[in-house]
Amino acid sequence: MEIRVEHLWKSYNGAAVLRDVTFTAGPGFTCIMAPSGGGKTTLLRILLGLETADSGTVEAAGCWAAVFQEDRLLEHLDAAGNLRFALGGQYDAARAGAVLAELGLDGVDGKAVRDFSGGMGRRLALGRALLAKSDALALDEPFAGLDAKTRQRARETLRRRAGARTVLLVTHDETDAAELDAQVIRLA
Amino acid sequence: MARPKGPLRAWAVLAWLAVWQVAAMALAAAYPHGGLLLASPLSSLRRLGELAVTVPFWRAVGWSACRILGGFLLSCLAAAVLAALAARYPKAAELFFPPVAAVKATPVASFIILALVWLDSGQLPLFIAFLMVFPTVYLNLLEGIRQTDGKLLEMARVFRVSPARRLRGIYLPQVLPYFRSAASLGLGLCWKAGVAAEVIGLPAGSMGERLYTAKIYYQTPDLFAWTAAIVAVSMAFERLFLKLVDSLLLWQINNFTIGVSRPLPK
Repeated sequence: MEIRVEHLWKSYNGAAVLRDVTFTAGPGFTCIMAPSGGGKTTLLRILLGLETADSGTVEAAGCWAAVFQEDRLLEHLDAAGNLRFALGGQYDAARAGAVLAELGLDGVDGKAVRDFSGGMGRRLALGRALLAKSDALALDEPFAGLDAKTRQRARETLRRRAGARTVLLVTHDETDAAELDAQVIRLA
Repeated sequence: MARPKGPLRAWAVLAWLAVWQVAAMALAAAYPHGGLLLASPLSSLRRLGELAVTVPFWRAVGWSACRILGGFLLSCLAAAVLAALAARYPKAAELFFPPVAAVKATPVASFIILALVWLDSGQLPLFIAFLMVFPTVYLNLLEGIRQTDGKLLEMARVFRVSPARRLRGIYLPQVLPYFRSAASLGLGLCWKAGVAAEVIGLPAGSMGERLYTAKIYYQTPDLFAWTAAIVAVSMAFERLFLKLVDSLLLWQINNFTIGVSRPLPK
């Protein structure tokens, strides 16, 4: 799926968050980098259709899956319950088990997400996005809170499982861009 | 972890029963018909035992339970529909607010008298139970829906989760605890208001009518026995209903998991 963003502007209470953002992204990895408060999350929310821009155009027709800034998991359910909720009829226990194992989440069946550590929740959110049928992935700091080894493992899983999708990855870490061989877009 | 104990202690209940027994005995000794003024706990219990083995007793319990619980269930249904509408459309919430506030503030006796003008006395307990429960359930459900996590709803939207799954996965776990506390309050309330309506409207065959008859003939053991029966039936239905709500909560959790039961979310 090709994403085209042209001259995108967005302000909150008169303060511009996105200023004339223009880029295109195709299948593969695109890292979006900016200082804190630089509009990365806002850009993803506009692409996901959760917010509207003040001006500019966005062409991103297709199905999205996402990792949000927060994990956004159903805390009373376990990992499988969360995947079944989000994926519905697409849920495949064997495939889900394989992805969770790759992310180091094997053996967590029956454990409610409210008892997960922060890193476990983050990895489950990434697994959910990878398992969903989609044309593009919007990943807002999917490796936040992971130690170096787990981060590396999650990155490898993302590279393996992203397939032919267009992946927009918000990150502060230059290593992510280098390891994923990603196009880098820096927001002013 | 040890379960925290409630404030009700057996010794305190026994102490008050003893006070009641002594007061009844003192009245019976002091006045020729003192026993009519206050029946003792023992004679009330004996009378309850006698009544509980008769068919008319259970017929009266069934008569009142059908109408009062019917009013309660209809009220819950109406409250759920209107709370969903009010949560979705702010103008609907504004429209519903004045009657809900009026029903909440008006004394139940006023409604009973007014309803007697419009309705047959047999329909009165159903109508009054409906009316008294509605504001509590409606306001609680509305609050529960409004507290639903908007971020989870956004996630569901991005992942194209069907409305039915959103209802079961996001709304139900959020709203059911609110409904549970409203139902607990409402069940107590509907029995109190429903029996009050029966005492005033005197529909034939109701528990309220029996209560009133006992008062007319100074049958104080009957009065206490019927009161105890009303309290017991009200508590039994409350427990049964809350168990049902808890099972529903557990069912919707297990429906998304792989055969694992866990304690209910607090």
